[in-house]
Amino acid sequence: MDTHPIDMTRSATNASAAAAVSVRGVSKNYGQVEALRDLSLDFPRGQLTSLLGPSGCGKTTLLKIIAGLLQPTEGEVEVNGKPVTGPGPDRAFVFQDFALLPWATVLRNVAFGLELRGVRISEREAIAEQYIRNVGLAGFEKSYPHELSGGMRQRVGLARALAVDSEVLLMDEPFSAVDEQTRRKFQEDLLGLVAGENKTFLFVTHSIEEAVYVSDQIAILLPRPSRVSEVIRPSGLRTRNVSDIRRDPEYLDIVDRIWASLRSYVE
Amino acid sequence: MPMSRSLVLKLLSGVIVFGAWEVAGRIPVSYAFPTFFESMAALVDMTVSGWIFEAYVETLRPLIIGLLISAFIGIALGLWVGLSNWFDWLVSPIFIVMQAAPLAALIPLLVMVYGIGLTSKVFVVCIMAMPVIVLNTAGAVRNAPTNLKEMGYSFLGTEQDIILKVIIPSASPIIFAGLRLGTSAGFIGAILSELKITPTGIGDIITYSRSIADYPSMYAAIFSIMVLAVLFLNFLERTERYFFAGNVRGYASD
Amino acid sequence: MTAFGIRLPGMSSLILWGLFWEIIGRSGYTFFLPPLSEVIATFFSIVDTPAFQKALSETAQAFLAGVFSAVVIGIPTGILMGKNRLVDELLLPWVNIFLSAPLTALVPVLMVLFGFGMKSIIITTALFAVWIIILNARAGVMQINRSLTDMANSFGATPWAAFSKIYFWAALPEILGGVRIGVIRAVKGVIIGQLLISIVGFGALFELYSANFLMGHFWAVLIVLFALAFVLSEGLAALERRVSYYAAQR
Repeated sequence: MDTHPIDMTRSATNASAAAAVSVRGVSKNYGQVEALRDLSLDFPRGQLTSLLGPSGCGKTTLLKIIAGLLQPTEGEVEVNGKPVTGPGPDRAFVFQDFALLPWATVLRNVAFGLELRGVRISEREAIAEQYIRNVGLAGFEKSYPHELSGGMRQRVGLARALAVDSEVLLMDEPFSAVDEQTRRKFQEDLLGLVAGENKTFLFVTHSIEEAVYVSDQIAILLPRPSRVSEVIRPSGLRTRNVSDIRRDPEYLDIVDRIWASLRSYVE
Repeated sequence: MPMSRSLVLKLLSGVIVFGAWEVAGRIPVSYAFPTFFESMAALVDMTVSGWIFEAYVETLRPLIIGLLISAFIGIALGLWVGLSNWFDWLVSPIFIVMQAAPLAALIPLLVMVYGIGLTSKVFVVCIMAMPVIVLNTAGAVRNAPTNLKEMGYSFLGTEQDIILKVIIPSASPIIFAGLRLGTSAGFIGAILSELKITPTGIGDIITYSRSIADYPSMYAAIFSIMVLAVLFLNFLERTERYFFAGNVRGYASD
Repeated sequence: MTAFGIRLPGMSSLILWGLFWEIIGRSGYTFFLPPLSEVIATFFSIVDTPAFQKALSETAQAFLAGVFSAVVIGIPTGILMGKNRLVDELLLPWVNIFLSAPLTALVPVLMVLFGFGMKSIIITTALFAVWIIILNARAGVMQINRSLTDMANSFGATPWAAFSKIYFWAALPEILGGVRIGVIRAVKGVIIGQLLISIVGFGALFELYSANFLMGHFWAVLIVLFALAFVLSEGLAALERRVSYYAAQR
């Protein structure tokens, strides 16, 4: 294992410009099926970029290529100017279905990323406990995933991703499996996280409202073959109070505009 | 209510079945059909005289040796089959055929090769118990949840980390269930070998009592071995539920 | 599994094992394992002998009679258990016990009660098969989606129409699954019965061959038995897949 991943990425940071992650001409074929074709996109540092599109447009495929879980057929992905060849310490993944170990406690689940990096048990549990508190699960350290609600499980998944202190967080429809109220709370918390942590967020979603609410930049993906049809950057929403965003005219305009361009792709 | 409905019904169904046995024995439906109480009296006699304990020592020896061998080799083979494509291609068909085939037909051959001693009996237990252990283990390893494996890789787990910390723990409930099914098959094998190869242990009590027409003792021996098997398997199932309760429920969405 | 870019079919490694058998057999390593080619030749020489055909037909009869009784008793019992709570609670403990109990131990009882003949073998076969059929039919009926029964009621289906048009089909994948496992168990049961009773069918044939050390004959019969059992189980699995395409989406 690389023992100085963070130092190396930091030095690269200074060299490269605003994009933390850049995707250059990526194509992905599964046999005859073309999942992605020649897709290029930049993800600005310290901001949240949403990949928004109807199902089957390849947004999860793109995220997994960036994560290094899938290899692109063509093209390349760079994180901090370094080409991606596999999973790396600079990226952490939050899974749609949480991907928690059912046989492990919350504490071990949150510490699992550090465990795989060979961090000593006392150290990693101390870090994990801190992040468990941060996501609001203090007192549940000894619980098992099946004893938690869907929302709480995703907080565990989030804490696990935060605990490894990666610069880039890859979130694959993280809130789609939780109920509406929990989702709204999550979205507010996410805005706090983007503002507070100096991390780059890549956020896959199929909800237009969610994308507009949480994003600094929205990339709209269209299917067959997948391509970026439009990149929208809401300008005035970040300065608003979190509870006022949904009433903001810009918010409503962007939601309408995105729906207008997506509606023809809905069967 | 002092007793739960399900307990009352369980007792009731026991009374009905054993009562029917008693009545059928009293008619009698056959000269070779003793009553329930006669059989239980014979069981008590055997227990008091210690005969039945000597018999069980004899019967359980090949069973336990065979099950231990099947568990170790079976799980090892199953892990290998589940993790390696070429080994899967090479070995799986053998166990798939074994699973479907009436392996009891191998017994006369085993007796010719290994004689009528312990070796043959252990072999019978092994061929009965091993296929289900191997196939369950392999299937569980092969079908370990992709999302958990991806999670492991994305957090920089090595191949070995993923196998030890993700695949094997997630497969263990099904591996354990395979061991339980293997044990059930092993019991069949152990008794079959005692009835077919040489009468020892419980098989000896059954065969001997039959030959002197002591039917209550014969029924008592059969009753006791079936009770023993059921209790033991029940115990395994409870252990399983205790250990893997969370693991099984954990995949359910809420 | 792929080799040299070619996808190798699922069971093709058995050819390799056959070759391995042939080599071991030819090396004369053990008297008990004649070369496969010799076994196959023996098979063709015994296949039309009266002894073999008698064994095969006796086994087939016992097997079919046993499976038939198990199905005829098992499916209605299972459906009844799935529909009626009292029957279910009275019978379920016994079904579970006999499902996992070593039924081999009961064969001596059957022998003294029903004689050393076909009747005992048929009962053994049925006993091996029936419990899993009951349990699966029960599970099939119990898992029927509540909204499906509500739908039938809301459209005013008569009880018979509801049963024949909905419940039976909704439970069919489980019922067939139970019958498939039951049939595999019945194959084992019929052989175990014949081995213990050993004057009928293949049991008698095995006695004859092993007494005379006819290894080629012995292996030939074993291969036939195993192949038949395997084909039967795969055939039923294929049938089950044709029906259970909708099982996952109920």
